[in-house]
Amino acid sequence: MISPSQTVGPFFGYALPYGDGPYITPEWRPDAIMLRGSVLDGAGQPLPDALVEVWQPDGGGAVQQRRGGALRRAAAPFSGFGRCPTDKAGGYFFSLVKPGPLNDDSAPYISMMVLARGLLKPVFTRVYFPGEPRNATDPLLAQIDPARRDTLIAEPDGDERTYRFDVRLQGDGETVFLAF
Amino acid sequence: MTDPHPPYLSPGYKSTVLRAPAQPLVMPKLGPDAIELSGPVFGEHELGLLDHDLTKQHAGDPIGERIIVTGRVTDPDGRPIPNTLVEVWQANAAGRYIHLNEQHDAPLDPNFTGAGRCLTDAEGRYKFITIRPGAYPWGNHHNAWRPAHIHFSVFGRAFTQRLVTQMYFPNDPLFPFDPIFNSIPDEKARERLICRFDMDTTVPEWALAYQWDIVLGRVPMENEG
Repeated sequence: MISPSQTVGPFFGYALPYGDGPYITPEWRPDAIMLRGSVLDGAGQPLPDALVEVWQPDGGGAVQQRRGGALRRAAAPFSGFGRCPTDKAGGYFFSLVKPGPLNDDSAPYISMMVLARGLLKPVFTRVYFPGEPRNATDPLLAQIDPARRDTLIAEPDGDERTYRFDVRLQGDGETVFLAF
Repeated sequence: MTDPHPPYLSPGYKSTVLRAPAQPLVMPKLGPDAIELSGPVFGEHELGLLDHDLTKQHAGDPIGERIIVTGRVTDPDGRPIPNTLVEVWQANAAGRYIHLNEQHDAPLDPNFTGAGRCLTDAEGRYKFITIRPGAYPWGNHHNAWRPAHIHFSVFGRAFTQRLVTQMYFPNDPLFPFDPIFNSIPDEKARERLICRFDMDTTVPEWALAYQWDIVLGRVPMENEG
């Protein structure tokens, strides 16, 4: 008797985004990194009306579920949840900490979900980081067709604290999306 | 159990054509990880006192039919999901969203924003006070109108349990013509998005009431191997 999904539609922009949403950690923190990118459709056009959400463990790989800290960051426990609407050019960004690996076998990654007009249900993916030795042995990356594996790995973008991860919903270079 | 959700590609809803993933989804062989089996925990202190009352967010009263919307958030076994964040947004009584990109030629209401938040209580219950939204036209096809609805976003226990959907009102004559509502293949599943009139919750001389329960999908089983 599960309630079925419906699209988030085009008009969530005044309701769901909030000021602290993209700032899982303040940009001035020495361990802050920037994750940014675009959400693109099957024609390569950017989506100006998508909502990107992320959920990540802390820098030590621990899942932090203490109450609070996501809607109002200040004076609250660290929450690994972030939300950012795309801008007119389809771009999103998050200031976050590089996550630690969840266990001995896996490479560090951030869990990401995208909602948009035209998406009748969300897409889920993982954002891995470039140059991580554990990427070679991560169980999920190992099971992905090598031709598509790179769609799950962010790219260095300018400096060592900035990464780019584009989400291609369809077509050439379509991002690998996950089912659970 | 058959999948209750619409497919990504539903050509009657034109925006899906270039946005629906074409490749099959990949199921992690080891199942979801700890991060995918958990989710953010929100606190009461993060919400405003009037976030759940969309009729009290401005100096005056909004125009329209005041309604109370209540329900429970549960898992498929009927177990309540307490302390989870429920977010709503909707058009005003005239069918107009306050959103900047909204072009519909209907009046804005200076006393209505149309956005709310609350946390479910220990029994998984939520409650909003709002205005019954109007239907509105959209550009999907000639003379396309969306049935009146309230958008809901519900977190649940896990990031992968998240549900974003729309609550509709009983007996809407627009149902047969709406490609978004009808993107859900199973008629019984579609009907689960329609609230019911709830006489017991109405308040005499003040507001009508509707009741709508939300059933989230199961949290995937954690890998035990």
